[in-house]
Amino acid sequence: MSQAFRAPEGGLIDRDKPLRFSFDGVRFDGYAGDTLAAALLANGVRLVGRSFKYHRPRGIYAAGIEEPSALVTLGEGARATPNTPATMVDLADGLVAQSQNRWPSLRFDLMAVNGLLSPFFAAGFYYKTFMGPPVPWEFWEPIIRKAAGLGVAAREPDPDRYETLHDFADVLIVGAGPTGLAAAKELSGNGLRVLVTDERARPGGDLLSRHESVEGQGADAWLAETLAAFEADEGVQVLRRATAFGLYDGLVAGIAERLDPSQGTGARERLRIVRARQIILATGALERPLVFPNNDRPGVMLASAARAYANLYAVRAGERAVVAAADDSAYMAAVDMEAAGVEVVAICDLRSDAGPEARVVAEAAKIPVHLDCAVTGVEARGAVQAALIHGATAPARLDCDLLAAGGGWSPVVHLHSQRGVKPVWRADLAMFVPGADPTGIVSAGACLGYAGTADCIASGRRAAEAARAVLEGGAAPVRQDPPEQADAQPLHSARVPTGGRGKAFIDLQNDVTAADVGLAAQEGYDSVELMKRYTTLSMATDQGKTSNVNGLAVLAEAAGRSVPEIGTTTFRPPYAPVSIGVLAGPHVGAHFRPLRRTPLHDWHAENGADFVEAGLWLRARAYPEPGEDLEAAMRREAAHVRAKVGMVDVSTLGKIDVQGPDAAEFLNRVYVNGWSKLAVGKARYGVMLRPDGMVFDDGTTTRLAEDRFFMTTTTAQAGPVMSHLEFLLETAWPELRVNLVSITDQWAGIAVAGPRSREVLAGLLPGYDVSNDALPFMGVIEAEAEGIPLRVHRISFSGELAYELFVPSGYARALWEALRMAGAPHGIIPYGTEAMGALRIEKGHVTGAELDGRTTLADVGLAGMASSKKPFVGQVLAQRPALADPARPRLVGLRAVAPQQRIRAGAILFDEGQEAKGHGLGHVSSVTFSPALGGHIALGFLADAEQRKGKRVVAHSPVHGEATPLEVVDPIFVDPEGARVRG
Amino acid sequence: MLRIHCPYCGLRDHSEFTYGGDAAAVMPDLANAEAQPWIDFVFMRENPKGTHREYWQHGQGCRAWLVVTRDTVTHEIIDVQPARKDPAS
Repeated sequence: MSQAFRAPEGGLIDRDKPLRFSFDGVRFDGYAGDTLAAALLANGVRLVGRSFKYHRPRGIYAAGIEEPSALVTLGEGARATPNTPATMVDLADGLVAQSQNRWPSLRFDLMAVNGLLSPFFAAGFYYKTFMGPPVPWEFWEPIIRKAAGLGVAAREPDPDRYETLHDFADVLIVGAGPTGLAAAKELSGNGLRVLVTDERARPGGDLLSRHESVEGQGADAWLAETLAAFEADEGVQVLRRATAFGLYDGLVAGIAERLDPSQGTGARERLRIVRARQIILATGALERPLVFPNNDRPGVMLASAARAYANLYAVRAGERAVVAAADDSAYMAAVDMEAAGVEVVAICDLRSDAGPEARVVAEAAKIPVHLDCAVTGVEARGAVQAALIHGATAPARLDCDLLAAGGGWSPVVHLHSQRGVKPVWRADLAMFVPGADPTGIVSAGACLGYAGTADCIASGRRAAEAARAVLEGGAAPVRQDPPEQADAQPLHSARVPTGGRGKAFIDLQNDVTAADVGLAAQEGYDSVELMKRYTTLSMATDQGKTSNVNGLAVLAEAAGRSVPEIGTTTFRPPYAPVSIGVLAGPHVGAHFRPLRRTPLHDWHAENGADFVEAGLWLRARAYPEPGEDLEAAMRREAAHVRAKVGMVDVSTLGKIDVQGPDAAEFLNRVYVNGWSKLAVGKARYGVMLRPDGMVFDDGTTTRLAEDRFFMTTTTAQAGPVMSHLEFLLETAWPELRVNLVSITDQWAGIAVAGPRSREVLAGLLPGYDVSNDALPFMGVIEAEAEGIPLRVHRISFSGELAYELFVPSGYARALWEALRMAGAPHGIIPYGTEAMGALRIEKGHVTGAELDGRTTLADVGLAGMASSKKPFVGQVLAQRPALADPARPRLVGLRAVAPQQRIRAGAILFDEGQEAKGHGLGHVSSVTFSPALGGHIALGFLADAEQRKGKRVVAHSPVHGEATPLEVVDPIFVDPEGARVRG
Repeated sequence: MLRIHCPYCGLRDHSEFTYGGDAAAVMPDLANAEAQPWIDFVFMRENPKGTHREYWQHGQGCRAWLVVTRDTVTHEIIDVQPARKDPAS
């Protein structure tokens, strides 16, 4: 009896395309155009899940994005997606879905015992029971977490692809119902880019589920004509399966699109970020449930949902229905259900009267109507078996398997609320509508409180006209255009009928009952924000789409106040759950952030370099030989540089071309030392401070001409230094005639270091005088080697005789190869950043580990560099008295007392015998094994450094459980006289 | 997302820009050796509700430093000007 609940004809499904799918391992049939929920109902599947807290049986409650109950896990393995509303899943051939929160099976769920224990699970139960002594929450939490909850996320990495699209629109219209489509129609043909977005598979909104006439023709004809007109207009684009989940500053919208991975780019979802000039919200309204005992049983459904299943999918949501109504639309639902073959045995209307049209259609369909009549509960054995009724004309009990309930409508004010626009309560409409929006975003149609299709279409048109006027002629921002004050006071009651037994649910997803809300009010949580957090009402993944207003009404009644006095909460993005994958887009794994490679990267890779990420850069940290680990390679390379010669890629250094008549004056202001007297062709080491007096960065800067300097910065601070210098030139000293250009990427750098480096250079540059007289320490020459133009700077980071060679990046590899050739007779080897680090620590040179933004010139032993003859940035605040405290930790060298005992960076320093507690006397900043000294050494900062020189301290590293005795020494371990660099 | 109208490049996402602090804080003359003006410049900030003038750099565009006038309540960007004021000639 496949699809026993499917009507023989009708609906928008494609009966020529049957599809097979499975739910909890059972195979079913459906049609293209079905949602998973529609196909399950067509097959008579009523029970689809267990509830969050009480494990109560749950069915399909809605037909759209508001679904609180029918949440399933879609797909398997790494693709398993939990908590997916079955109402939003397009049926596909081979689709696999599983029910959630049940064990061992959906029908027989052991945790349903929670339902029997429910007196203990009321609001605030955890707070009262598990917090504090005698047994702490930490003990109970894992147990409770296991019992509660919904689906389980996949453990494997997501194998699917996601993409990001940046888009623009003159007018973005959210919602492709009658309002949104009418607005788009009004705007089409004007050369405007109009984007209409809708979360459903088909545009049309409620037009699809209502059989009515629109502007003198059938709804389907109007829809077809409108969409056909858009096909002809390149400016109008209608997005399907595209949920506008967030509205942000600057009229920017985030839209999550569900794609078919077998089509197009193969992505599963797409994030479309739309920057709009105008936004019209035509998000419609969602039907409110009625609150009565056992209103969560499978078979209880929103009247609008039962109508949608009948009209869109030709599915009978039940065989025999009772309709509970609080407004006229439920009558229309009853009539459409009847037409689809459902036997509607009664309409029970809470009101004393119905609208004329509603009365007429019900009478024509011969459906008995009972006024002043409430459904007080349902009898259910799993699913609904009968409705219990209280009313003068109605029987007390009616057999039925479907209870379709409609309690009026709640405009979807979420997106407007996200923008900080408070919803306002319209007592005459019994609904919250968006308040006035100063930013020009306008709501139209049902989400503004309009009811009939014709009124919605008119509202959409007016919004479009106003938006166009703004775009065309700078008219005043579009104003909200709400419906006029209505005379009739519609009934809005979330009051639980008396006399019934069982739980009356407000929030089906979080299992919050009317009694819970009453309890919250009774215990003093009578503000909406407190009640929400105490009961968790509307805090599930559906964000209370069906429960929010009913919760407020029950709270208002319990607290003896009106709904506007209670107020409402602020909705925040996302409107509906959004996968992390679509937000991350393609920026995962190695693509999480950009990667910078030096011009010599390929050579390093081809020659066995071991790479390390340094900031965004990928740098060669060593070139291990067969059988060598990283540490062994570092020791060999560093020792080789001290004994012979090595070469290292320093292209990552920041490089700035400083030009202009006032360039020297500019450097005087930004560096602590003086630059006016630096001769052309000479380099100088410089240190910059921040305005607060802390060291910002260091590097060597070379005077290439009277009005031109070549500045280098550390790798890490290249960007910040450039911004800082630009800031000073533009805001503080616009009178200085200086221009700056970052040339970090345009120039490559190679350092050649070691006692034989001069011989290598002489071999590379025959015909050039590279003697100590012609090219002394801090000297610079321009040269050409085998057609390669380069600059040779005699600078040393390693403490050896050394040169830094800078070339335009395109020549980098040629120069590197030429150096390898010229260096071969002298045993040149490449070395990586590990050996470079070891060499500089041996020499006591500071880097980012020491210049960490908290150290002064004096802290790092460079106080003597500061010029007293000129002002510079940071000069004044560097003289703050506290910074001169001798107890302030200063740079020291540290040697392991047992030379083979390694030292930990970040370890805290204490005196011998001192208790290792608190901040200690300072810390270890940089560590290495020193091949030159044959033991482990470090740089660090130590209080009263001078007095402790020659004494012992202990480096405590609690994370490693280590305490390492150290000897305090001068930070320059190798060649303190500097004979090598000058020789 | 804030959208900032760079006077040189046009309307761009704020992700192209870097925030640079309160534009009301003016760096003292470098020759000013008194501590207080520097303390005020570095450390003292108003935290206004409403209009706020602030520096932004268009780092992924023209690199110009800009003075953006922004409403801290609504995030509305009221005005954008180049920070550079050409010296009186």
